[in-house]
Amino acid sequence: MITLTHYLILSAILFCIGLFGALSKKNAVAILLCIELMLNAVNINLVAFSRYLTPAEFDGHVFAIFIIVVAAAEVALALAIIIAIFRQRNTSVVANLHWLKW
Amino acid sequence: MSELVLTIAFYILALLTISSALGVVFCRNIVHSALCLVVTFIGVAGIYFTLQADYLALTQILVYGGAVSVLIVFAVMLIQRGTIKQTNLFSRHIITAGVIAIAMLIVIVRILLLQQWTLSTRSVPEETITGIAKLMLTRYAISFEITAVLLLVAMIAAIVIGKEVKESK
Amino acid sequence: MIEIVWLIPFLPLIAFVLITFLVGKNRMVSALTAILAMAGSLIISVGLAVQVMSFGITMEHPREFAIKWLQLPGLYLEMGVLIDPLTVIMLLVVTLISLLVFIYSVGYMAHDPGFSRYFSYLALFTFSMLGLVIANNYFQMFVFWELVGLSSYLLIGFWYQKNSASAANKKAFITNRVADFGFLLGIIILFLYFGTFNCGQLAGAIGASADLNFLTLAGVLVFIGPVGKSGQFPLHVWLPDAMEGPTPVSALIHAATMVAAGVYLIARGYILFASSAETLQIIAVIGGWTAFFAASIALVQQDMKRILAYSTLSQLGYMVMAMGVGSMTAGMFHLTTHAFFKALLFLGAGSAIHALHEQNIMKMGGLYKHMKITTYTMLIAALAIAGVPPLAGFWSKDEILTAAFTHGNYNLFILALVTAFMTAFYMFRMVFLAFYGERRGEGSHIPHESPLIMTIPLMILAFFSIVSGFIGLPFLENGFSTWVYFHEPHHTVVNWGIMLSSVGVGLLGIYLAWLMYYQKSISAAKVAQTFPGIYKLLYNKYYIDEIYSWLFEHIVLKLAAAFNWTDRHLVDGMAHAIADGTRLIGRKLRLAQTGNLQTYALVLFAAVVLLILLAGSPVLGGVR
Repeated sequence: MITLTHYLILSAILFCIGLFGALSKKNAVAILLCIELMLNAVNINLVAFSRYLTPAEFDGHVFAIFIIVVAAAEVALALAIIIAIFRQRNTSVVANLHWLKW
Repeated sequence: MSELVLTIAFYILALLTISSALGVVFCRNIVHSALCLVVTFIGVAGIYFTLQADYLALTQILVYGGAVSVLIVFAVMLIQRGTIKQTNLFSRHIITAGVIAIAMLIVIVRILLLQQWTLSTRSVPEETITGIAKLMLTRYAISFEITAVLLLVAMIAAIVIGKEVKESK
Repeated sequence: MIEIVWLIPFLPLIAFVLITFLVGKNRMVSALTAILAMAGSLIISVGLAVQVMSFGITMEHPREFAIKWLQLPGLYLEMGVLIDPLTVIMLLVVTLISLLVFIYSVGYMAHDPGFSRYFSYLALFTFSMLGLVIANNYFQMFVFWELVGLSSYLLIGFWYQKNSASAANKKAFITNRVADFGFLLGIIILFLYFGTFNCGQLAGAIGASADLNFLTLAGVLVFIGPVGKSGQFPLHVWLPDAMEGPTPVSALIHAATMVAAGVYLIARGYILFASSAETLQIIAVIGGWTAFFAASIALVQQDMKRILAYSTLSQLGYMVMAMGVGSMTAGMFHLTTHAFFKALLFLGAGSAIHALHEQNIMKMGGLYKHMKITTYTMLIAALAIAGVPPLAGFWSKDEILTAAFTHGNYNLFILALVTAFMTAFYMFRMVFLAFYGERRGEGSHIPHESPLIMTIPLMILAFFSIVSGFIGLPFLENGFSTWVYFHEPHHTVVNWGIMLSSVGVGLLGIYLAWLMYYQKSISAAKVAQTFPGIYKLLYNKYYIDEIYSWLFEHIVLKLAAAFNWTDRHLVDGMAHAIADGTRLIGRKLRLAQTGNLQTYALVLFAAVVLLILLAGSPVLGGVR
């Protein structure tokens, strides 16, 4: 018997794994991958709620589609930026990109 | 019967998703991470299927598993120099991040378990796509259009940023 | 005249301003401005005196004018004028002697480059002194008291290029400052207790008050002012050094007027001192001891001006002692007569010094042949101070002795009598050594008599030294004692025994000096050798200066060093600590800005978790 709670816990686990990765990876692309994980987790959440709370309405699905779109655009842009930085500084290790400090 | 199938399917897919997610985070090789991410996407699509969100699952596979994955692999290839073996290491924040992540997880799970959801008893319609389309073009029409513009903008921006800057003579 | 009393100090003030800012370039005009201002003040004072006598203004019924200066809740300051016979006598003395000194100075300072500056300072001084005398409240008096001290500082250090002069004026100012501190404390606690600074109101309040302890305390504190200003022991040390200033300055300030300000203060506030027998006793003892002590030092000094300085200290001691034994009248009377003959002594000494360019009496001598006027006027002044009748000094000194005797202070009476003997002795020692005998010392040029502009004031002063005693003759119906008094007008008692003893003692002193220094039948050197210890003690002024230096070095400077350390290390240390602490915190906090976005994200999520925990703790049931 799979209830809403199962899906929510699954999505929470995915989210936290993604969070862990985003906060602790050195490679910029890796961080991006983990952000994708987080977004997917959120999507699962949305769809699960839509299915269990309002099965006849599809607002959750629509929201999820929008998130997928935005995520895709964001990945494209983020990778473009990373490539540009890499061309300039020859590094993709995040710790080396430290010019936002005092 | 379908209950049982659903349950088993859910657990298998959940296991798959979670293990590949762990693979994304813990692989030393960035290409392995990227490929694990693809598996994760497919796992998530499977989850969508168990939730009877068929259109969404297909969109997921198409967009994520198709376009985004390829994009990521391309980017990885463009960036990495030298040996690809140790390109995805942990930084020195690993412990702190671990603590935070676990804390977050415990808190969220605890809240979830305490919560009483008022579940609806209605059943899901056969086709989701008509419902989605109806919503998209009526209630969320503006968001739809803006998303289209957003995609255009992102595309142009990505091209501009990613262009190689030629030395002008 | 009464209405323009305020003009009396204002004329010299205007002179000061004019000389300093306008006519200073022209020497003669500067001198003329000062002299004219002083003459004006003198005329007004004389007119005032006439009016006071004819209007019947007495000590019990003075006239007072005042304007409001500052009024705050709990504080009322006024500027005003108080006119009674005491004021009038002081005004007359100050203006007359100032005028004579001004005229004398034109001749004495004729070759000095700072001529105009000198007259501007003198004008400032007379303004301050006259303002002090007419003040109707102690606060105003204190302001002018300080101003007088400032003028004294300026004038003592007139030849500031000399190290000794600048050291002397600092000493004078600082010693006076110590005294002024006591004075200020006194008037402040009087103000706090009675609520007013006004002389008349305070007199009424003090008379009605029965708090003896407080009145004694206030009296002693206020008395500290005159101890400094009038050179009583132990704050007498500045007066002999003040002789570094020009001689006319010594005559005016340190003989006749400024040092008399202390005595005047005691007279003005006499009800405060008279209210407590202990205060009076302290005053009398200090006065009597000062008189004896200073006279003893004068016996062996060789610098002419120093002898006169110690003589002034001694006579001031007499005045203070007179006030202390209970006779305000006697003190004021002696102040008046002393002003004349002491000014004369100083100006005459100035004349001799000017002629010989020498101050050591051991190197002078034989002046009587060439400087007749100076010699004879000095002789008159010496006779006056020795207390030979019918000159002025005899009457006033006799009144003091009588007062001491009749009020039962027999010890002080004996002391005063011995001091009178010493006074006559040292004064005539000085006269015989400086003016008579053969010319000692180097320099072959014949000294000539000083110009008229210097000798005329001498003669005028000699005249007053003779006649000024007559206003206080004990045989008079309406003498001084019926005019300036405390409590009630009284008639001086005539005590033939005291009169004869004071005359006898004075003549004895003169005879001894004649024997030792004129006839040379007793050798002064032999006497000094017979008592070597005493001689050394007296010659070195009882080593008081050395004691003070030692005390200052070991106590005051050490204390100051301790305070300096506290200020530098504790007080400043705290300020530095705060600054350094802030800088340290800043330095450490700065490290949080790593520039690494991941770090920021970490912190962000940590905060989110914490917030959820905090906000959701009721839901979570106190997890963690």
